[in-house]
Amino acid sequence: MAPETATLEGQQVAATPAKQPTRTDNFVFGIPQDGLQTKQREVPLDEPPPLPPNSELTYIGKPTQRYDGPAKATGKGKYTADVQLPGMLYARMVDATIPHGHIMSIDTSAAEKLPGVRAVYVIEHVYGVAELRNPKLDGPSRYPTIRYAGQPIAGVAATTQQIADDAAKLVKVRYDAKPFVVDRTEARATDAPAVFPGPADEAGSAGGGGGPADVPQKGNVHGPERRKRGDTAKGFAEADVLVESEYFTQVQTHSALETHGFVVDWKPDEVTVYASTQGTSSVRSEFADVFKLPKSKIRVITEYMGGGFGAKFGAGNEGVVAANLSRKANAPVKLMLDRRQEHIVSNRPDSHQMLKIGAKSDGTLTAIQLTSYGTAGVGTGAGTAGPATNMYKCPNLLTDEYDVFTNAGPGAAFRAPGHPQGCFAFEQTIDELAVKLNMDPLALREKIDESPARKVERQLILERTNWRNRKSAGSDPGPIKHGMGIAQSVWYRFVNMDSSCEVRVLRDGSVELMSAVQDLGGGTKTILAQIVGEEFGMAPANVVIRIGDTRYPIGPDSGGSVTAGSITPAVRDAAYQAKGKLFAAVAPALGTTADNLATQNGRVVFKNDPSKSYSLRQVTAKLPTDEISARATRVAEYSKDRLTYGGVDFVELAVDTETGRIHVEKVFGAHDCGRPINPTGVISQINGGMLQGISYALFEQRIMDDKSGYMLNANLENYKILGAREVPEIEVALIENYIAMSSTDAAGIGESAGIITLAAAIGNAFYNATGVRMRRIPMTPANVLAGLGKVQREVMA
Amino acid sequence: MADAPKIEVSRRGFLKGAGVTAASTVIESAKAFGREANSALQSVPTVGPGPLPIKLHINGEEHIVTVEPRYTLAETLRDNLGLTGTKVVCDRGSCSACTVWIDKVPALACMTLSVDAVGREITTIEGLSHGDTMHPVQAAFVKHDAMQCGFCTPGMVMSCAALLERNPNPSLADVKHAVSGNLCRCGTYPKVFAATLDVAQHRVASGLVTLSAGREA
Ligand code: FES
Ligand code: FES
Repeated sequence: MAPETATLEGQQVAATPAKQPTRTDNFVFGIPQDGLQTKQREVPLDEPPPLPPNSELTYIGKPTQRYDGPAKATGKGKYTADVQLPGMLYARMVDATIPHGHIMSIDTSAAEKLPGVRAVYVIEHVYGVAELRNPKLDGPSRYPTIRYAGQPIAGVAATTQQIADDAAKLVKVRYDAKPFVVDRTEARATDAPAVFPGPADEAGSAGGGGGPADVPQKGNVHGPERRKRGDTAKGFAEADVLVESEYFTQVQTHSALETHGFVVDWKPDEVTVYASTQGTSSVRSEFADVFKLPKSKIRVITEYMGGGFGAKFGAGNEGVVAANLSRKANAPVKLMLDRRQEHIVSNRPDSHQMLKIGAKSDGTLTAIQLTSYGTAGVGTGAGTAGPATNMYKCPNLLTDEYDVFTNAGPGAAFRAPGHPQGCFAFEQTIDELAVKLNMDPLALREKIDESPARKVERQLILERTNWRNRKSAGSDPGPIKHGMGIAQSVWYRFVNMDSSCEVRVLRDGSVELMSAVQDLGGGTKTILAQIVGEEFGMAPANVVIRIGDTRYPIGPDSGGSVTAGSITPAVRDAAYQAKGKLFAAVAPALGTTADNLATQNGRVVFKNDPSKSYSLRQVTAKLPTDEISARATRVAEYSKDRLTYGGVDFVELAVDTETGRIHVEKVFGAHDCGRPINPTGVISQINGGMLQGISYALFEQRIMDDKSGYMLNANLENYKILGAREVPEIEVALIENYIAMSSTDAAGIGESAGIITLAAAIGNAFYNATGVRMRRIPMTPANVLAGLGKVQREVMA
Repeated sequence: MADAPKIEVSRRGFLKGAGVTAASTVIESAKAFGREANSALQSVPTVGPGPLPIKLHINGEEHIVTVEPRYTLAETLRDNLGLTGTKVVCDRGSCSACTVWIDKVPALACMTLSVDAVGREITTIEGLSHGDTMHPVQAAFVKHDAMQCGFCTPGMVMSCAALLERNPNPSLADVKHAVSGNLCRCGTYPKVFAATLDVAQHRVASGLVTLSAGREA
């Protein structure tokens, strides 16, 4: 996903229209540790003035209590799973019990007869999977072809969840089963069962995922998607040192605690959809597409949502089924996936990566070559080339990414799609290069990395960790060996122009912000309150934030870390304009002019006579109307520069070489995300990314049974996720990085928060501890002992 | 467990022996409901599988609710009583999202049948705060940002608050142990630890608790 080729749907970086009147402003620019500079930008005339650095602001950049913290801590926040409407029915999805084949018949009569059952709906089309370029190849059938165990087939709605569950078991499906393949390596064989009878492609979602459509397909192997820069043959010929490596990563399931789900209330004049989604807009768009409805007749509501991590966009099969059931039963229907289904609905694809890197003896990179194979099951999007392509300066690059179809649930965008896999291989190979060059891994990166932010971040690693006391690899004498490692991440600045909001100021002094944007837990409500609060000089907790409802102005879908960078400038613009309207409306009554009014320390003051000051309420009381409001939409980026964000993460761990257990003891991360708006929330997200990264590196693994085609551990006891006792000591350093791109300079942190780096940093620390390179995750005791040569065979394929 | 062999029946079979005619009598005490099942086993009419009214004591209030014997406490709380602060994530005892207190002891509402909660004192996340006044652990969760999506948060709060009830001065290891069953996909653990220890330290510092209780781990 190179910036130049990134085409996440709806996330354009539009150029400033040429004719718009502009002015030139001076913006704070750069990183405080490097000394702040000034950057001139042409900005539209009605943009607010540039913000000073965070140190000079009242609310922006200050640790701020989560706006909806009390609602979450007291259990009052209503998630989609909690929605209860009068007359609401409960539904259960019926899914395939074979991994591959055709449906011969579906008998729903017994289910329909069960008392309490109100509707049964059989799926006509499966969404969120690759589609045949020539759909006729599937042959004639009333039903979609089954390509994975767990594929949705039908839905049942009843007066209680228990009846719906009973009824789902009464739906009788007869199959004509076909041979299947669930293993990536086996699926590449020329005689492997074909998951699709011809070439198939999957379009991307708002959160990334999906893959290229115009690539060759042979058997189950879809690709390559090739990217090329310079001439790698020449680059390798110029190299003093070559490193070749091979790495493997597993399938990870998203496992959000709230499962995918919807409550749909289908009424003739409006369809109301409560959705556990990362994009109210994406849900509305897909409902409009699927049901041929005008978007104006669809209302999507997401007040609280219990985690998405990339997998929750659009209508999904759950939304489509819930809507059909609601329409049939003429009642609202709640359909949440159960935990088993949640493990199958989406995942991070696995990978097999082969890397070759050439370098001069001083470390200068001369060529990078990457070939990757990964399976996104019946989907695509297993590419891993992002870090190799975008992290370091290297004139010659060749990457070939292949998707391998298997009879397994579809991959989906998952927190920094492709990057944790790519980084695990690439950042360890860079360390292998450092070993060959006899260079300190940090010093090698200092040589090849042009990012000013990561330069500061590496310095922080040197200053605040034990790095300088690193011992040589594998030098601990006893069976428990300690090691340190680092890895770096890269992510990209995407902006979604569908970012709008309205700010209302009321005569009683209250201020309200409305946008359809949703808060997945990253703290969007809080940063919006800080920005409005800064403009009006009022405490963020006193601003009323209403989001997650498409009745409000459109908001960006939250994928690819776009939310903060997209919506906050619109919010500041709207707040600034509303304030301007307020001042214009009340100035005559105050005996002055609008341009003589300003907010200062929570009060409205006369610029020419600071002794004259009023509370906001005293000022709004003078409004001639009960309400004034301003609506704003994201203006284009101030510059066409393509920016990246990143971080450097440090890990200290112990390996028990007798039991194969790894104990991560300490993680230190230095990260950048433009101008941090709420450091508290950013640090929470970084903690979360790091812990998800450790979980990915050490524990998580989807296990498929090649006899039945089932996922064997589709639950939370056998699919192991990091728990409290595996949490290391964590420290985060957040750097300010002023980029002069928008009226807030905010940027997201979700992707670059540690999920990208941790597996690689743990791999590098493992090497430092043991002198052995772990080429495979998860680093379970079995895989560790195999890696150390203490047991014969690696457990995982 | 001298009488263990006598009650060695399936759960539903056990319920059958409870000696109550469905839908006509509210089952309102543990005694009425099976804890004297031995004699009842022989002669009384069947309870369930259809719905029956039961009385539950939740957050200091009595609720009469009609449920099938197979309904879990989590289902009854959420679907029948609208107490949706208790979350269901795995529905089989592996995540602790559904943690409530039964007779002041943390319990998994997804692994407890509603009928088994009859006559017990049930506390849910809704019962921890009073109006706008949060329980100190809830307030500390807010102060320390011990939540992101918030879906695990009610269960975490219930586990941590229960820990402080039984051990007012826990160590970090004690807190980790107390929430070792509570899964959080967003990775809020470090702040959960900090919040819980903060409450304990604050209480100790202000003399609210004495340190007679020993550490757990
Ligand atoms: S929902 Fe009860 S333990 Fe997971
Ligand atoms: S806050 Fe999201 S699962 Fe814990």
